[in-house]
Amino acid sequence: MSKSLNLFLPAIGGTALMLGGAYGFTSRDYAEQKIESLEIQVEQSTSTAADAVANSRAAEAEIERLAAERDELQVIAAAGGGLTQPAPVAETVYGLGREALPEEIAAWDVDVLPDGRGLPVGSGDVWTGEELFVEQCAACHGDFAEGSGNWPVLAGGFGTLSDEDPVKTIGSYWPYLSTSWDYINRSMPFGNAGTLSADETYAIVAYILYSNDLIDDDFVLSDENFMDVELPNADGFVLDDRADTEYTVWRTEPCMTDCKDGVEITMHASVVDVTPETEGDAQASMTEHAAGTDAAAEGAEGAIDPALIEAGQGAFRQCSSCHEVGENASNRTGPELNGLLGRTIGSVDGFRYSNVMRDAGEAGDTWTAEALEAFLTDPRGTMSGTKMAFRGVRNPEDIAAIIAYIQSVGTE
Amino acid sequence: MDEFAKTSRRAFLRGSAAVAAGTVAGQAAAQGAPDPAITELQDWASYLGVGVDETPYGLPIKFETDVVRRNVAWLTASPISSINFTPIHALEGTITPQGCAFERHHSGAIELSKDDYRLMINGLVDRPLVFTYADLERLPRENHVYFCECAANTGMEWAGAQLNGAQFTHGMIHNMEYTGVPLRTLLAEAGLDAAGDLTDKWVYVEGADASSNGRSIPMEKALDDVLVAFKANGEALRMEHGYPVRLVVPGWEGNMWIKWLRRIEITDAAVESREETSKYTDLHEDGVARKWTWVMDAKSVITSPSPQMPITHGPGPLVVSGLAWSGHGKITRVDVSIDGGVTWETARLGKQGDAKALTRFYYDMDWDGSEMLMQARAMDDTGYVQPTKDQLREMRGENSVYHNNCIQTWFVNEEGVAENVEVS
Repeated sequence: MSKSLNLFLPAIGGTALMLGGAYGFTSRDYAEQKIESLEIQVEQSTSTAADAVANSRAAEAEIERLAAERDELQVIAAAGGGLTQPAPVAETVYGLGREALPEEIAAWDVDVLPDGRGLPVGSGDVWTGEELFVEQCAACHGDFAEGSGNWPVLAGGFGTLSDEDPVKTIGSYWPYLSTSWDYINRSMPFGNAGTLSADETYAIVAYILYSNDLIDDDFVLSDENFMDVELPNADGFVLDDRADTEYTVWRTEPCMTDCKDGVEITMHASVVDVTPETEGDAQASMTEHAAGTDAAAEGAEGAIDPALIEAGQGAFRQCSSCHEVGENASNRTGPELNGLLGRTIGSVDGFRYSNVMRDAGEAGDTWTAEALEAFLTDPRGTMSGTKMAFRGVRNPEDIAAIIAYIQSVGTE
Repeated sequence: MDEFAKTSRRAFLRGSAAVAAGTVAGQAAAQGAPDPAITELQDWASYLGVGVDETPYGLPIKFETDVVRRNVAWLTASPISSINFTPIHALEGTITPQGCAFERHHSGAIELSKDDYRLMINGLVDRPLVFTYADLERLPRENHVYFCECAANTGMEWAGAQLNGAQFTHGMIHNMEYTGVPLRTLLAEAGLDAAGDLTDKWVYVEGADASSNGRSIPMEKALDDVLVAFKANGEALRMEHGYPVRLVVPGWEGNMWIKWLRRIEITDAAVESREETSKYTDLHEDGVARKWTWVMDAKSVITSPSPQMPITHGPGPLVVSGLAWSGHGKITRVDVSIDGGVTWETARLGKQGDAKALTRFYYDMDWDGSEMLMQARAMDDTGYVQPTKDQLREMRGENSVYHNNCIQTWFVNEEGVAENVEVS
């Protein structure tokens, strides 16, 4: 048992006791109230007529039962645990778990604090950052960090925080630069997290700063000058002050009658009409289920191996942040994939293809299994200039499975 | 027939019609012809049902397929980094079945096995440690029922009534019985002497998925009631809720309930991760944002009637059912209004409130078939009274996104159809 931990434990024990006491007290109150009302019933019934004698006996039995319940609750309350008795506090440690090795801590403990602690040695410039950003981030965040669709906008928005529609970006809202380094390094790119080197992360952060007009284009961000960069909204936050500003106002006895002069409806949700159709949803999910069964049945007849389709469904997750396939599939960051095998390259209506895809289509090229395999293995090597910000399927076995899955659910 | 007889016959007919309506409302309706559901031999009463080897693990019967999680596609860019909603309108009692309890992921739900599971405790500790799942099972454990509410629950309603259904307005919540090891037990294993004075220390917790969602929790809370949980409602956590191990942070916003918990670090400062700076901070009208708004204030909602649960039975006895909860403690009282907040009556609690857990309330009424503006208002054991949306807006503006615990209004028309509205 750690000495310092003990400092807190009396307080915790105290709270538990108090809560336990409160529970017992409330329950006792409840029991006593019930006893009181029953005792009144007893009085009333005995004073009225003889046929109430049976009732009063029942009431007396109920009083006894409640008193027993009360005593039991008092015992639990005295034990200090309320309904759940707390886990024992060990006098010594249990000695479970093993020591974490320095290499293991280094692998997982990569968070970066606002004061720069945790930043590795390294550096990156704006132009390297731009190349990386266009390749790895722009599919969702736009070439200039301006965002795409519902994906986050990373640049601009200055002076909008008190507007009707504030734009909260790294430049306009985020208080600490460390947060962007930490987040990009650990959690980005989406679907390929943890693959950036320290220098690449510095470069991408530099490019985002540049997109926000916070540094010049010749700036090289490094662990050494990192703390020199201050974000504009560093002082834009206050600690939770609800206890002072709200609780003091809203801890009052509420009004029960004549609380306002009149009531008018000021807004209807049906006017906005943005609620998903719930019946439709249920039907859609059932149809989807049925479609899956059909596809599996088809596979069982020898067309496509169902196990391969199932494996492909799992492997397709790395594609599904950008691509949809199956019933009602539509273009998202990438084009929808229904009928992909045999389809002319770059031919989906309404999708803005890269030049390389459009040219291939105009030349009459179609997506064959071989072409797909080559593309998915090395997208940029195969179709130089593609907008698909994906480094390729790592496991070759996944490629056949993904193609099988697309074929099975993506029939037009 | 003379004039008097005609008049009195009409009067009689009017009278009997009124009586008949009263009967429908008050008691069971009279049955004209015998009910074939009773008089005819039904298949299920004659043929055989399903054997015990058919369903090793059961799902709800096919008649309940509409009681499912739903998402709102336009809310987010991708369903992989998104949220769905518990069908609270169709559930009763207080415990949320895991299979329909809302999910929120930042990089999708992952499949992490118990064998592959590791939990590291490092930072300002005497002994940095690695635990396996089997280690966790050997430490003393506790059971507690707690609600988990996303800070963004009701967040789409700040600027006005928007989504038509309790599932969509209030369904970013679930309530389960968790089994887990108190976090303080694990911290004691690692030893906190190295941390020195604990009052200004933090416990940073992080998930194993690709988003590695991380949050900083003040030491006082970590040593109080936080659980490292591995079961919910008696069985293993579901993948989407962090199997095999998640953090339970009672009464505090759901984003801190780290799923697939892989690391606990004792620090001398908040990490100020993405999820505690750019997100889960509450921007106010003046352009200044509140941070570290961890506690979920008292809140309630009528789950039925509600837009997805219209009144289909006509006037007469009506059960108004709803949920109330508070991150500060127990729900002590819920009031219900059917006139948009002019008059209130105290509802009946389904059972005595548990601290930081959902409480079910009922308001048993005789509906006369007229329009209603239904509201519920919760109070907790700190004396806090759930505010109106106008009170919240006056304090914070409309861009706060998170922590909208306003009183909700459902407009119920004479047909029993309910709609999400705002009232003066």
